[in-house]
Amino acid sequence: MHSITVTVNGSPEYLTVPPNMTLLRMLREVLALTGTKNGCEAGECGACTVLLDGQPVNSCLTLAVEADGRQVTTVEGLAEDGQLSALQEAFVELNAVQCGFCTPGMLVSAHALLARNPRPTEQEIKEAMLGNLCRCTGYLRIVGAVQAAADAAADAGGAA
Amino acid sequence: MAEKYVGQRIKRNEDPRLLTGRALFVDDVELHGMLHAAFLRSDYAHARLVSVDVSAARNRPGVVAVYTAEDLGDLWKPGPLLVPAPHSVENVVFHQRTQVPLAKDKVRYVGEAIAVVFAESRYIAEDALADIWVDYEPLEPVVDMERALDADAPLIHEDLDSNLCAHLAQEKGDYQAAREQADLIVSRRFLVDRGAAGAMENRGVVADWDEKAQHLTVWDTTQAPIPIRNGLAGMLGLSAHQVRVVAPFVGGGFGPKIMMFLSEEVLVPWGSMQFKRPVKWIEDRQENFLATTQERGQVHDAEMALTSDGRILGVRDVFIHDTGAYDPYGMTIPLNTQSHAMGAYDVPNYYTEVKVAFTNKMIVTPVRGAGRPQGIFVAERLLDIAAKELGIDRVGIRRRNLIPPEKFPYNHEIIDQAFAPLVLDSGNYRLALDQAVKRIGYEEFIKDEQPRLRAEGKRVGLGIVVFIETTGIGPYEGARITVETSGKISVATGVGTQGQGHFTSFAQIVADQLGVDVRDVHLVTGDTAEFHWGTGTFASRGAVVAANAIHAAAVAVRAKTLKLASKVLETPEEELELRDGEVRVADIPRQSIGLGELAVLANPLRGAVEPGTEPGLEATDYFGPQYGATANGAQAMIVEVDPETMMIEIKRHVVVEDCGTVLNPLIVEGQVHGGVALGIGNSYYEKLVYDENGQLLNASLADYLIPSATEVPRMEVGHEVTPSPLNPLGSKGAGEAGAIPVPALFAQAIEDALADYDLEVLETPLSPNRLFELLQGKEKAE
Repeated sequence: MHSITVTVNGSPEYLTVPPNMTLLRMLREVLALTGTKNGCEAGECGACTVLLDGQPVNSCLTLAVEADGRQVTTVEGLAEDGQLSALQEAFVELNAVQCGFCTPGMLVSAHALLARNPRPTEQEIKEAMLGNLCRCTGYLRIVGAVQAAADAAADAGGAA
Repeated sequence: MAEKYVGQRIKRNEDPRLLTGRALFVDDVELHGMLHAAFLRSDYAHARLVSVDVSAARNRPGVVAVYTAEDLGDLWKPGPLLVPAPHSVENVVFHQRTQVPLAKDKVRYVGEAIAVVFAESRYIAEDALADIWVDYEPLEPVVDMERALDADAPLIHEDLDSNLCAHLAQEKGDYQAAREQADLIVSRRFLVDRGAAGAMENRGVVADWDEKAQHLTVWDTTQAPIPIRNGLAGMLGLSAHQVRVVAPFVGGGFGPKIMMFLSEEVLVPWGSMQFKRPVKWIEDRQENFLATTQERGQVHDAEMALTSDGRILGVRDVFIHDTGAYDPYGMTIPLNTQSHAMGAYDVPNYYTEVKVAFTNKMIVTPVRGAGRPQGIFVAERLLDIAAKELGIDRVGIRRRNLIPPEKFPYNHEIIDQAFAPLVLDSGNYRLALDQAVKRIGYEEFIKDEQPRLRAEGKRVGLGIVVFIETTGIGPYEGARITVETSGKISVATGVGTQGQGHFTSFAQIVADQLGVDVRDVHLVTGDTAEFHWGTGTFASRGAVVAANAIHAAAVAVRAKTLKLASKVLETPEEELELRDGEVRVADIPRQSIGLGELAVLANPLRGAVEPGTEPGLEATDYFGPQYGATANGAQAMIVEVDPETMMIEIKRHVVVEDCGTVLNPLIVEGQVHGGVALGIGNSYYEKLVYDENGQLLNASLADYLIPSATEVPRMEVGHEVTPSPLNPLGSKGAGEAGAIPVPALFAQAIEDALADYDLEVLETPLSPNRLFELLQGKEKAE
């Protein structure tokens, strides 16, 4: 067993985990953060995407011990003060959600994209979301929502 | 009353929960003391089970129990036949061979469950699977559906004379006579191969038997919780009231999550009763490929008889349908194929004959489209080939043959999945085609753009097809609607939800009737404790059958509300209106009473309730259609083929949809997008590849290619609206339509792009490799 300290959605967590526990299982089973989904456990579907020090990773392929001393952001950490983020609002406005199972991973990937590239083109958005599969929406509105969130941010404060 | 919500692009009520990770899916259910199940699955497609030794697995620390077929006692019996054979067709042959909870004596497909382990964790349970020793005696696998029907093919079910599962022939008019009158007969062989439903959420079941309460709760990723409740109660010796099945948020259904009663759905609840502890099983992705039902495999020998001016005189279609190792879903898929192989056309003479074959592959049950894409593929491909041979324009030949609007209701005569001769209720099919022609710019493309692009060396092609989709079949759904004392509205219905936006579109119907904000309508779906009766979400029926049940119950609650308000406000009902959560006197808005107050008055604590009245502002009602409503549409696309890589870019994609009254265009268009994306997968990317031993070679999302964001084109979606006369809302289903015509559309567009090769696309799905193979040996025409 390993003792680790992980900051999850801004809160420090002091945990003792087995060496083979994935970050996905740590989040879902130890911290009861079930927003992050398990779709394939092989890094193929992207439903389990979280941010590790701001970078999107498949939490099913990341060990919990690798997160020691680092920052993890999950879908539960995207809303700000109980208010949906601009990206989440755009998902509602454009109806970018159907069953919602891929949505947490989509949001996290899109969040990371907008953090590194606030004005992405449509093609850049599609390429950034390539690791996230969706079977319901055909992606059109997901891509549109990311674009809309980027546009709204630019209108609000210039390219941030 | 002015309709406020139905027909509007209303944002979804359910989204905030889904966007913040607070929505409950089955895998999110975590109970104290929970055991975990894992299944040992067959490595062979066809083998005799000589022995199964589980003793080492039983001794592994943390293992609670390991069971094989021998240990199941009375529970071991074949699963229910979910849909019977169509007794209304004469001379139908159907051999019922449904799946068993654990294989006994022999295994019939790779992935068939042989043993189940219950353990303290999934890790331990899976490790224990490796401790089980199975002695197989391999038998010759029967993988190909045509081979399966050979007289000397090994028998999959040895108590039958052959691998013929079913046989059914139907005729409308007299095809043979029509054939003799024809100027042209085109006949071809068409192949449609298997694909996966590929929901992002794998299947899962959590069961919790409460010994003290003698009550079982099951969380299940099912599309049909009420049939599951009823079936489990019967199998486990319980009354329906001792079983609650909850289908919480379900991460995509697409067919295979219907009431299947596969091994896991039966053995996990049973295990919970054995150990008096909660039990969880969540399918992993490989299991989803091996042990979740699949669809589409058919071989058609089809022909079309036409006049020289392109009028269809008749269609003949003789085909084989691959049902896999068992047939729990009866003949629904081939019946849908039979009812769609005339397409949207007025075909006077039609002969259709299907043989259903057992094979040593995963069981086949409906996947979004459910036999319809195959039928449309046959009809549209035959017409394209005929048009080419007759030198008639593709759009022209379609216009000539579409069922004209004055012929509705149109008796299609062929018995379909509802077991009655199909009647197409309404439509104006030409409108959808015309709109698609206009939106894609058909004339301009053919005359100007394509020649110009071809001159630049680009291989660009256009496809345009029409289709029908039978939807909204019975038997019925129901709903209960209650005005709460808070003034908010509760709605309960029996169907489950897998992303279709029911929490919103159903709420819109109620909000309009009761004059409340759509956000004040709280809907519960898929919980048998909330509503006792119903069937499920499948066959594009939610927005038809369940929505009209909700409409009926809302109308009844509205009537009760007005009656009570009339008494309280001392005003005739005709002078009252429901607005903003109140009942008002129309001319004197200040004279009003809130719905919450009325709900209190409707459930008094003192005084007498008048005989013949019921307490509360509540009503339960049901809707069962006389027969299903049939939607229609047209799709068009422009593609460019890269002759070096055979990669295909879809430059434009137009969809015109007529699903009658649209409850919420935002939701309908979303259904279209997803359906088309699946259709694109079914056309060029997704194929389940079985080898000659019946091993699935691409059982992962890395090898089985579900389209990603870069493969799905932008779509232009247009609507035509011919309301169905069969239900008060006028709705028709839309859930499967997007997927249905795409393989036919794609094939036509590819042929057009590669016109210089004189290619005929007679199979789906293609792939870059397969397209390359097809072009080998084709002389490039000058």
